[in-house]
Amino acid sequence: MSAPERFLKRLNARRGEDPSWVAARRQAGAARFEALGFPTRRDEEWKYTDVRRIAEGDFALATDAEFDATRFDAQRLDIDAYRLVLVDGRFNPGLSELDGLPAGVSIEPLSQAIEANHEAVGGALGRLAGVDFSPFTALNTAFADEGAIVRLAAGTVVDKPIYLLMLSRANDQPVMSHPRVLVEAGARCEATIIEHYVGEPEAANFTNVVSEILLDRGAMIDHYKLQEASLADLHVASIHIEQGRDSRFNSFNLNLGGALVRNDLVTELNAEGAETHYNGLFFVQGRQHVDNHTLVNHNAPRTFSNENYKGILDDRAHGVFNGKVMVKRDSQQIEAYQNNANLLLSDRAEIDTKPELVIYADDVKCSHGATTGQLDENAVYALRTRGIDEPMARALLTLAFAGEVMEQVRLSAVAERVERAVAGRLPERFNLSDLVETAEAVQEA
Amino acid sequence: MASEEMEQLVRREYKQGFVTDIESDTVPPGLDESVIAFISQKKDEPQWMLEWRLEAYRQWLKMTPPSWAHLEYPEIDYQAISYFSAPKKPEDRPQSLDEVDPKLLETYEKLGIPLHERAALAGVAVDAVFDSVSVTTTFKEKLAEAGVIFCSISEAIREYPELVRQYLGTVVPQADNFFAALNSAVFTDGSFVYVPEGVTCPMELSTYFRINAANTGQFERTLIICDKKAQVSYLEGCTAPMRDENQLHAAVVELVALEDAYIKYSTVQNWYPGDEDGKGGIYNFVTKRGDCRGDRSRISWTQVETGSAITWKYPSCMLRGKESIGEFYSVAVTNGRQQADTGTKMVHIGENTRSTIVAKGIAAGHSDQAYRGLVKIGPRAKGARNYTQCDSLLIGDKCGAHTFPYQEIGNSSATVEHEATTSKIADDQLFYCRARGIDEEDAVSMIVNGFCKDVFQELPMEFAVEAEALLNVTLEGSVG
Repeated sequence: MSAPERFLKRLNARRGEDPSWVAARRQAGAARFEALGFPTRRDEEWKYTDVRRIAEGDFALATDAEFDATRFDAQRLDIDAYRLVLVDGRFNPGLSELDGLPAGVSIEPLSQAIEANHEAVGGALGRLAGVDFSPFTALNTAFADEGAIVRLAAGTVVDKPIYLLMLSRANDQPVMSHPRVLVEAGARCEATIIEHYVGEPEAANFTNVVSEILLDRGAMIDHYKLQEASLADLHVASIHIEQGRDSRFNSFNLNLGGALVRNDLVTELNAEGAETHYNGLFFVQGRQHVDNHTLVNHNAPRTFSNENYKGILDDRAHGVFNGKVMVKRDSQQIEAYQNNANLLLSDRAEIDTKPELVIYADDVKCSHGATTGQLDENAVYALRTRGIDEPMARALLTLAFAGEVMEQVRLSAVAERVERAVAGRLPERFNLSDLVETAEAVQEA
Repeated sequence: MASEEMEQLVRREYKQGFVTDIESDTVPPGLDESVIAFISQKKDEPQWMLEWRLEAYRQWLKMTPPSWAHLEYPEIDYQAISYFSAPKKPEDRPQSLDEVDPKLLETYEKLGIPLHERAALAGVAVDAVFDSVSVTTTFKEKLAEAGVIFCSISEAIREYPELVRQYLGTVVPQADNFFAALNSAVFTDGSFVYVPEGVTCPMELSTYFRINAANTGQFERTLIICDKKAQVSYLEGCTAPMRDENQLHAAVVELVALEDAYIKYSTVQNWYPGDEDGKGGIYNFVTKRGDCRGDRSRISWTQVETGSAITWKYPSCMLRGKESIGEFYSVAVTNGRQQADTGTKMVHIGENTRSTIVAKGIAAGHSDQAYRGLVKIGPRAKGARNYTQCDSLLIGDKCGAHTFPYQEIGNSSATVEHEATTSKIADDQLFYCRARGIDEEDAVSMIVNGFCKDVFQELPMEFAVEAEALLNVTLEGSVG
């Protein structure tokens, strides 16, 4: 049995009946996945990422959504938010907090939306991420029966972040989940969306998520993807964004966990004044592998994009960055900036980076840069002359390197969590809290 | 049936008819082992060379043309190409310039390459390639005095077989890629340079490549070996007269630098780019690679690419020796319907190796160009450094400029930097020039020359002048 067949046979194990048109879409996804098969390193888009660990795996589908309550509190972000929780791809109403949604805001699990024959499921879902984008979106289309449908009416300013928490459990038989996220942001609305992937440290599951985010005229969305999966989890995600006139999208793609991680971020800037900011940080150790592919399509004149990705790599970790900016013919007066900086902490870490520009208009300002190196020895020396010992100096400088991305983060709960995680995992482990306390004490004195 | 075949033969015969006034000894179009044997025999080659060619041919049969480049062109029918054409009677080849066919000199003259002057005044030895066979070589004695071998590759295979056999195919193996394999099977000429230990080549070596016979692909093979502590500067310039049919050019250049050796390889490429609709230009698929084999060796590529309908070219450096240095300076100009996918590869293998890449691209008209580069730092390349800068200038809104830089870094002590910008000529710059009475075309040419300065200053003097002139000719009519 081929790998695609082995995956697809699990379709039979799915519970429940679909409306006929959902079933048809599933079939299309399955057929496409079967035709494409898993990508290999011979595919340019997968040149540096070997997905055999996924293809050779045997993943079941979770049958329940139980999660240990005490562990849950330790995993979740301590943040006041509208919360939707999936456990191994199944909706957990008990852990979710979807009460008291303000007018104009609707957050629904996908399963309920399908059951209710929700118009969004028939309309926008799947418009940006079709089955042709990659074998993984096709696979997701075949399986997706859970996720989040978020709809924001025009002019809504959402008071609290919308927090989508995806938990992964340590199962005897590894499971796969194919969550689907759809955000439809109406004109001029403002919201913060958090996709948080975390789980039990022993979890070894496969998550294959597809998100679609549509921004109407003037909408402003902050999108956080905080990926802290266990060090044995396999994680593939693609996020597709479409922006209307004068809309603004801020992406924070923060990756700390996972054994094998692949992120695709694709933005269509479809009307004048649309603006996107990609901020990315990845910190990998051991034999972790993180691959970030980003694409910005400037389809209209006077659109703006800015991208800043930072990577910190230790041990034998492997990082990949592939950023692409496309400027279509007649998309004049574009500004597009792209930067990727990588810090290698170990001799055996590897980074493959490719910042691409494809430009068909002349009145553009485009630049990209990529750097890879080590900590500046002069800076280490400068700190040491001020009485800071070497491990601490190195740790501080590493944090400062991440800081250029982290200072853009507006949710302090997220920023703090990431900074603490980075500090706690540095080779020169140190306790950030102690440092903060010392600094505060010095200030007070 | 028989009459049909006859007719075909007759027609084919006609096709071979002498389109230029210089008679060509051309094989019928098509490629099989007998054609390779014919070439080998014509060149009076030893048996091992023929076997080497056949091995390459058999590999080539199994390969497919690369499709990853950002290029669009109709499929090439490799059986429609004639693989050999040489000026008649090689034994009574002209011994000096005076004996050279005046028609040939006239063509040179038209292209602005005064051979006499250049040879005499600039002190350059010219190994002119016309229809794939060296027609004239000058300054041989002076070179011989220094112990430098500079001759056509065919001559080298006959005269210095042990050197050729030792190095040929060691930098670009026969089956390296589709075009290199084709070249290995059918190459007809090119240059061979050997600079012995400790010798600094007394003059700049130069070859002008020419394509003249219609329907004839040119498959040059150049091999330059710089022994320990030796130095050489090699100039390659290319022009081709106007033709209607696309002409394939698949050259291979191999450079070998041993300990402390320095090879500087400069190219000005100005082949026929095709007419306004992009018809008839040269297809230029070139494999150029330098091997910094010895410690502290250095290889420097400088190229000015203004011609050809299609350019597919990535001069590369394999930095094996400790502290070896690779450099790549490039200006690529495309106009009309030209397409270029060009760049470099810097593969850092040895410790403390350094590389610099400066690539300037100028796209005008309906042209499309891409910079494609690879910087690879191996796990043993401790302390390796790379600096890459690639800038694109767009003139007009119908052209495209793309950048595909690959960086593969497997060593934490490496420092790799890449910067790229894309912009157009700023209106304020143009206005500034025009306010001072400089017309628009001159102003653009000034700005463009300034944009390319970093690369031009790497070129040998006379080449730099020629390159600037070429740039202006290429961009003619792209403004306004």
